[in-house]
Amino acid sequence: MQKIFYIHVPLAIVSLCGFIFGGLLAIGYLRTGDRAWDMRSYVAIHMALIFGVGGLITGSIWAKASWGHWWVWNEPTLVSYLIVLLLFATYQPLRFSIEDPERQSRYASVFAIVAGAFVPLNYLAVSLATAYVHPRVLTLTSANLPPAMALVFVVSLAGIALLYVTLWKFEMASKNARSQVRRLRRSLLGDDAVRPVGRSAAPS
Amino acid sequence: MSLLIASAPALPLGTSGKYVAAAYIVFVVLILAYVAIMAIRAQRLEQELNELRRDVDAARAAGDAAADREREAVL
Repeated sequence: MQKIFYIHVPLAIVSLCGFIFGGLLAIGYLRTGDRAWDMRSYVAIHMALIFGVGGLITGSIWAKASWGHWWVWNEPTLVSYLIVLLLFATYQPLRFSIEDPERQSRYASVFAIVAGAFVPLNYLAVSLATAYVHPRVLTLTSANLPPAMALVFVVSLAGIALLYVTLWKFEMASKNARSQVRRLRRSLLGDDAVRPVGRSAAPS
Repeated sequence: MSLLIASAPALPLGTSGKYVAAAYIVFVVLILAYVAIMAIRAQRLEQELNELRRDVDAARAAGDAAADREREAVL
């Protein structure tokens, strides 16, 4: 059963780092006003949400195997992770609710920064909490793992982190290619040749 | 299921083995779903590129025809 640990924990850690990464990229947008930063931040948060859902489901499976319950509501680690995930789940509806692209990018960036700053604070608060059932494998000062497990864990963590970066770059390349095609179409054939994007949560 | 387990001896067969398998299947399914969505988007992008090439060719042909007509009128 411990094998779930190698997938669940890296997914959870990478998703939380992804949320922070999204917040850092959003600072780039607010500093420069360049919408490419907003796109980067959007994709980072989008990817982190997918990884987060993976972490939540695998964690739930682990809990069922380990504790006999899919979810334990009085466990700070689980509930705080769910709160972070739900917080970032409101990111896309927030974007979708704002029609003006400039305002959408600005508000979304402010949200990403504030919510991103909440992630380490949340981790700290949970670390300081005393009663939990969830195992404390990684603390603020050390890792309570036997060396053989630590090696596998580090490799898993590196693998999931690389997967995150690869998928982030992949999606960025796809979105950039699409916007370049639209720009090319507009410059070659005029504004009428480009179909309006319509209301979208994604930066255009 | 027993056939799958027989053909994959590396699968954990303890009481919690099904949970381990489920967790990894969830991960693989998530990644596959994401890759499938991205593949559909890439296909759509390819269509847009083809459309753009056709439109540019058509615009270029129309431009050439107009230039020919202008030349004939001058002559």
